[in-house]
Amino acid sequence: MKGFLSGLLRLRRGPWELLASGLIGLGVFMLMQPFVLWAFTWSFLVTLTGTVMFIITSHFPE
Amino acid sequence: MPDTPIDRLARATPSSLARRARGLSDRAIAWVFVTPTILLLLAINIFPLIWTVRLSFTNFAANKPNAEVKWVGLRNYQRILTDPDIWQTMQATAHFLFWTLLLQVVLGFALAWLINRKFRGNDLMTTLIVIPMMLSPAVVGNFWTFLYEPQIGLFNYAVEFFAGIPASSFSMLGSVALAPWAIVIVDTWMWTPFVMLICLAGLRSIPDYIYEAAEVDRASKWRQFWTMTVPMVLPFLMLAVLFRGIENFKMFDLVVQLTGGGPGSTTLLTSIELKREAFEKWRTGYSSAYAIILFVTVFGLASIYVKALNKVKER
Repeated sequence: MKGFLSGLLRLRRGPWELLASGLIGLGVFMLMQPFVLWAFTWSFLVTLTGTVMFIITSHFPE
Repeated sequence: MPDTPIDRLARATPSSLARRARGLSDRAIAWVFVTPTILLLLAINIFPLIWTVRLSFTNFAANKPNAEVKWVGLRNYQRILTDPDIWQTMQATAHFLFWTLLLQVVLGFALAWLINRKFRGNDLMTTLIVIPMMLSPAVVGNFWTFLYEPQIGLFNYAVEFFAGIPASSFSMLGSVALAPWAIVIVDTWMWTPFVMLICLAGLRSIPDYIYEAAEVDRASKWRQFWTMTVPMVLPFLMLAVLFRGIENFKMFDLVVQLTGGGPGSTTLLTSIELKREAFEKWRTGYSSAYAIILFVTVFGLASIYVKALNKVKER
């Protein structure tokens, strides 16, 4: 956890990509879940944030 | 020396042009070859994508080209993402995606595992298994509609034979509970051979000496399977899931032919709903926003998936 946080602070690719992947996964789950409409409503914003973050952070140093 | 078409072409090239071409650097020649492809990609991929993004913020309707186009901001996105009917289509798509991928991976791998063994008629069996994926989705949809007929369908009679449920007591395509499974069965029947072929390529790429070494070390078949076969086939399997996942997310033809999205909206997948909005209701701006939402979802998923695939390959 400490390594993950320090990686985030030092703008390292691994932890940032992990965070972006988590956001994309969460967004897709929110889009397709059958439980609450508000999660569906906000799903696109979460997926878009994750996708843009993924594109940017994949250019960060290892 | 024979006079080839290349020689004739070289002779026909104007000398001024030939002189200019001879003076080109390697880098310039590379650009000359690559430019048409880049231009084509820009024209048929990038430009329509940017244009769709622009349209998604307007109320443009393609059947009213002369009507005034108004900028509506994020209203199209807001309407889509608060619409319970679209939410329902997303759930139908999720059900279809999850079960088709799961069944195709399990059955495809199992078939590949069996076909990989040496036996008489191996090639014939492979050819027979692969036939469904060679057929047109329209043809498959049509004949499965007949197979699912409650009165004359072979499928219902097979269920009666094996499970004892009367053939005419249920309709796979007409029942709200069964229709989502009917499309899963047909897609699995059609595309399992594709997953099988990819898995087979993976299984055949594993050298025999690895298994021989494991035998010498007295590793059980079960252990060989989980510690050698599965990890070595995993990149191939992931590739198959990526291809099938993207394809099934935009599944259209097969389902339209089978159920047309019905009964009600139980098999109304996102691509069918998108087509209706775009080309039946002619809400081009709205459907562009819908398409962008689907694009971002698939793009995001594919990005993390390709990353995971590369990690597995590096191991």
